[in-house]
Amino acid sequence: MAGDKVVVLGTYVSMFSMRAQVALNEKGIEYEKKEEDLANKSPLFLEMNPVHKKIPVLIHNGKPVCESLIIVQYIDEVWHDKNPLLPSDPYQRAQARFWADFVDKKVYDCGRRIWATKGEEKEAAKKEFIGIMKTLEGELGNKPYFGGEDFGYVDVALIPFYCWFHAYENFGNFKTETECPKLVEWAKRCMQRESVSKSLADPHKIYEFVVSLKKKLGIE
Amino acid sequence: MEETGGVKLLGFWVSPFAQRVKWALKLKGVQYEYIEEDIYNKSPLLSKLNPVYGMVPVLVHNGKPISESIIILEYIDEVWKQAPLLPQDPYERAQARFWAKFAEEKVRQSVWEAMCSSGEEKQKAVKSAVEAFEEFEKELKRRGTKFFGGETIGFVDIVAGCISYQLALHEEVGSIKILDSSKFPAISEWIKNFLNHPLINEGLPQKDQMFAYFSKRSKEIASQKMSHKTA
Repeated sequence: MAGDKVVVLGTYVSMFSMRAQVALNEKGIEYEKKEEDLANKSPLFLEMNPVHKKIPVLIHNGKPVCESLIIVQYIDEVWHDKNPLLPSDPYQRAQARFWADFVDKKVYDCGRRIWATKGEEKEAAKKEFIGIMKTLEGELGNKPYFGGEDFGYVDVALIPFYCWFHAYENFGNFKTETECPKLVEWAKRCMQRESVSKSLADPHKIYEFVVSLKKKLGIE
Repeated sequence: MEETGGVKLLGFWVSPFAQRVKWALKLKGVQYEYIEEDIYNKSPLLSKLNPVYGMVPVLVHNGKPISESIIILEYIDEVWKQAPLLPQDPYERAQARFWAKFAEEKVRQSVWEAMCSSGEEKQKAVKSAVEAFEEFEKELKRRGTKFFGGETIGFVDIVAGCISYQLALHEEVGSIKILDSSKFPAISEWIKNFLNHPLINEGLPQKDQMFAYFSKRSKEIASQKMSHKTA
């Protein structure tokens, strides 16, 4: 579709922004990434997501789409000719949506509790996180990707969290590789895709970001 | 092509999530077998069909289970093409998905929380609920159609539809007021139109039974919160 103008409003650290970027990269779509300062929201941002005022926002030919998984589905439907992310069978699609939704419901909140709490609460969050990763590892099974032979929707939903693992592991004092080796194998396999490696943040920068965020929020 | 494989729905009588699925199947004229689950005494069948969450609704089609009401709605819409719930255009579909998510997470959820909480927490929840209703009202007005889906009931209407028959009860049980019809004329009109549809209104749970259930649940949740605080 020549002449498409695609913009992603996001932040460097947001796993949700990264989902949009991975999806666009998979489809070979050119886009402009605009870094949004959430402490100082731009007029464009407020106009494009007035309801939630959250990133990411995909702006396609001036029209905004919000909510990262909704954005990924939109990208998949508009640019349906290349590298389909969702399977074509309705039952498989429902399963993919289920697991992406599971990632949405569980991973972010639990991960946050690892670095934002201490003592018993932190330990509980760490155990819960490992449990979530084990469930996902079980769902992956022996497949190269959650999508099967091909990189797909659930892979897009989950892989951005990989660059946050270093921060979670440091604050939680555990190693995902020890607990879920197959999942880390999957993540490394995904990172070999340029669409992914171009989109994910540097784990050390994420760690530094969390350190400074904790200071700002007054969390020990 | 008609899908003739067996369709079963595991639900709970008062569950708004299961009701969404019933509405979708009825609007599409799909025959199904309904199985009532006691969610406080879960059957082995439910655990087998929804091992991750163990919750209703679960749709079973040709022996294969699908969970999570909004995901089930998308599945139903893809398998049975008559009376489409989602629009065809990708941008409009993205908008519908956005507002469905909003209806679930901001509208329905905040009303439930407002009903079940007390004091400062309740005030906060009511404020959130009113703000969510304001956004919803704005969007309905902007569309200017009878339903979110247009002139016929669609995806967002079905997801938001639980407020049409449960909101007033939540307000009564929780001693809260959210839907002031003078403040929310578009939503009030939408509720009237939605409930006017014979397939929507048919077979809804009895008001007095729902009232008793919500009263009981609300008290249980309140006492759970208290025991967490004192623990």
